[in-house]
Amino acid sequence: MNARIYRLFGLVVLLFGLLVGFTSYWSVFDAKGLEHNPQNKRLLLEELRIRRGLIFAADGTVLARNRVVGQDGSARFYGRIYPTDTLFSHVVGYNFADRGRSGLERSHNDELTGNKDEFTTLIDELRGKEREGDDLVTTLDPGAQQTALQALAGRAGSVVAIDPRSGRVLVMAAQPDFNPNRIPDEFGTLNRDPRSPLFNRSTQSGYPPGSTFKVMTATAALDSGRFQPNSVLDGSSPKKIGGVPLSNFGNEDYGPVTLTTALTNSINTVWGRVGERLGKATMYEYMRRFGFNRKPHIDLPRDELRASGVYDNGKLLDDSDAVDIGRVAIGQERLLVTPLQMAMVVSAIGNGGALMRPHLVERVRDHDGKTVKSLKPAEESNVMKPSTASALGAMMSKVVEEGTGTAAALSGIDVAGKTGTAEVGGTNQAWFIAFAPVTAPRVAIAVTVERTTGQGGTIAAPIAKQVMESLLR
Amino acid sequence: MTARNRELLGLLPVSLLVTGGFTAVYISRQSVLDSATLTYGGVFLVLCLAMHLFIRRTLPDADPYMFPLSALLAAFGLVVIYRIDQDLARQQAGWFLVGIALFVVTVLWLRDVRVLERYRYVIAAVGLGLLALPRLPGIGSQVNGAYLGVDIGPISFQPTEFSKLCIVVFLASYLMERGDVLVLGARRVLGMTLPPLKHFGPLLVVWGAAMVMLIVIRDLGSSLMFFGAFLALLYLATGRLFFVLSGMTLFVLGSWFTAATVGHVNERIDIWLDPWKDAQGSGYQIAQSLFAQADGGLFGRGFGESLLELPNGSAIIPAPHTDLIYAVITNEVGLFGAAAVIVTYLLFAERGFKTAELAGDGFSKLLAAGLTTVFALQAFVIVGGVTRVIPLTGVTLPFVSYGGSSIVANFVLLALLLMISQGAREQRRARSPVVGS
Repeated sequence: MNARIYRLFGLVVLLFGLLVGFTSYWSVFDAKGLEHNPQNKRLLLEELRIRRGLIFAADGTVLARNRVVGQDGSARFYGRIYPTDTLFSHVVGYNFADRGRSGLERSHNDELTGNKDEFTTLIDELRGKEREGDDLVTTLDPGAQQTALQALAGRAGSVVAIDPRSGRVLVMAAQPDFNPNRIPDEFGTLNRDPRSPLFNRSTQSGYPPGSTFKVMTATAALDSGRFQPNSVLDGSSPKKIGGVPLSNFGNEDYGPVTLTTALTNSINTVWGRVGERLGKATMYEYMRRFGFNRKPHIDLPRDELRASGVYDNGKLLDDSDAVDIGRVAIGQERLLVTPLQMAMVVSAIGNGGALMRPHLVERVRDHDGKTVKSLKPAEESNVMKPSTASALGAMMSKVVEEGTGTAAALSGIDVAGKTGTAEVGGTNQAWFIAFAPVTAPRVAIAVTVERTTGQGGTIAAPIAKQVMESLLR
Repeated sequence: MTARNRELLGLLPVSLLVTGGFTAVYISRQSVLDSATLTYGGVFLVLCLAMHLFIRRTLPDADPYMFPLSALLAAFGLVVIYRIDQDLARQQAGWFLVGIALFVVTVLWLRDVRVLERYRYVIAAVGLGLLALPRLPGIGSQVNGAYLGVDIGPISFQPTEFSKLCIVVFLASYLMERGDVLVLGARRVLGMTLPPLKHFGPLLVVWGAAMVMLIVIRDLGSSLMFFGAFLALLYLATGRLFFVLSGMTLFVLGSWFTAATVGHVNERIDIWLDPWKDAQGSGYQIAQSLFAQADGGLFGRGFGESLLELPNGSAIIPAPHTDLIYAVITNEVGLFGAAAVIVTYLLFAERGFKTAELAGDGFSKLLAAGLTTVFALQAFVIVGGVTRVIPLTGVTLPFVSYGGSSIVANFVLLALLLMISQGAREQRRARSPVVGS
């Protein structure tokens, strides 16, 4: 029987070897994979042990701070509090162990958790220094943000305002929004909500831009030298564009008009024709200069951004693809843009043709208040000549003075803007983009409202007016 | 050196582990621990010493390694339990006291394990009765879908822990007597030795019992442990691999069928195959177990340093002190520490099989081998479950997990093994006087 006992012991050795093998696999060989498994909240929990940096608005208002939520041995766990509740829900985002993080909380996580390079971390650890995060000072203006949200008045839509001279994002508001303080309890409900309140419409929603896109077409027309503001084109309606008849709003026939008039009255047939004559290559060249066809380089998480451009079944089309460029020129076709992208378009025009890279955080401060990093304005691209920009400014001023955008006029401050109304399944996507003051722009703004019955001029322009007023006075 | 002095020396690493472990845990968790809790380790060491003295008196020739090895496992468990919850550590130290008391009673009362042979049917009935207890209305309790516990008033215990001893005693005694019959009249067919069909009877009966168990208590792990021990004993008694192979086939087919019909068993297997499908729900336990092991890495976080609780105070790993204690061990002392635990089990098994090899009579041989197998299989079933080798089920890690039933039953198991060892080595010494030089 002893030989059998040895064999049985052999089997036990084998079984236990299997256990050591599997333990090695999980604890060593597959450890990295498990650590980054999306279901694994351990890294997140580890970070809860770090006192995160605070997030401030430009005026010093605290947008995110900490409180002690638990203690395990000598380690403290911190949780986030967002004192301004819904005000900056999408931009500042949230950070909770069991829910993950979003917005600036995610894109600036390394700074907020004091995650410096490995060497510094090691030295700090050896010195027994508790890991502390750095504070973020943002470019956001709480007053104007509040105005924007109030002006949206519960309608789904977005307002993005940028300082065109520096790319500082002043306002980034979207409705529906959420209260980040309630994320731990309501995440499931919010996530399933058909109105998608967690979704940052300012950077993630692709909307048909309607006539606001004519500003982009006008840039290409003037800057390429092919057209002048006083170039005269045929504004009759309907007219064949891309082989298919295109009409003006209300099928109005304008006859021969200048480009300035065509922008003031948003004449589709003129801009459709301009787009066709410029051709795909030129149109796409200018779209790219404005930042279309790629995600904007703003300091938000990459997957909370969307590239603007012509889409076919979720695929971004290029100038090598079959695109009806005449209809792209008037903001139709399958063109989908984000409010941020349209704000960038007006921002470039307002800054003499230079598109400044939009950013939300301008300074990183350590716990003692010392600035450890400050963000200098950076030029994203040189979109057009300054002369083109000023010509466009003059044309867009007419829109607000006497055209479709009069509802955005501010007393004592010149506003250059463009309205847009895109039809989406029987309802309207209302748009207004603008910059002001025209002579020395300090604000570039894009406003959009989903599924409304009104037009860009009646629905979006008044919102832009209120926000600009709040920012400029 | 005499056997007992070796045993005393073997307790040295145990005292080092307890002292070092308790100190480490205390230092890292000073803010929540009471300094008086450090005495739990001391109590444990005193108990070890007392037990050593008792063995020295009553079982002077017994295997000198088995007790230090079990004490090492118990010390490991105590440190980890202390790290999880100081009150549990106090209770665990209390259970050691009860376990040692039962060890003493077993040794003094039985004197010789062969007595058990006479009562094999009573013992078998007790074993099966214990298994059925958790399904009795009023006292049975269900945990995670399996029926493994019994609650009688303030007392709750896990009858499977005691039942495994009864069943092994019965099987050893039954197979000792009938093992040969099974081999008689065997024919060779296609190079394999086939026993006559009628002798499949006992095999089918035990298989049936295992299947009923799977259905009644709904625990795949316990069934695997029991049936595995049975197959091991069957092999030892008859030497026929064919029995083992057909037994395994039957078991796999039976569990497959049960899995298809009993929801709870089916779910356990589904989770095992793909824990990520519902990692926040049914797969939570195993997912957290794997995450904890990954967090441990090669050397672990250190005693007291792993993350066990969410900020709201609820546990990240469910049942960290019982079913999933192995995951906590890997988390805190890494692959090296976990491998050390497994090697300790392996060494214990080696000593157990050695005892079986030395045992003079067939019953003692089978009993020693059976007890060792069931002990090793229990460790395999739970560690295998935690490391996703097999589906995770609710079995304790012998000597390491928190739990009165587990500790007490395993002390009885240790008593039986040491008694067999005493008998065997005593006989040997009688034959050759030169021992212990």
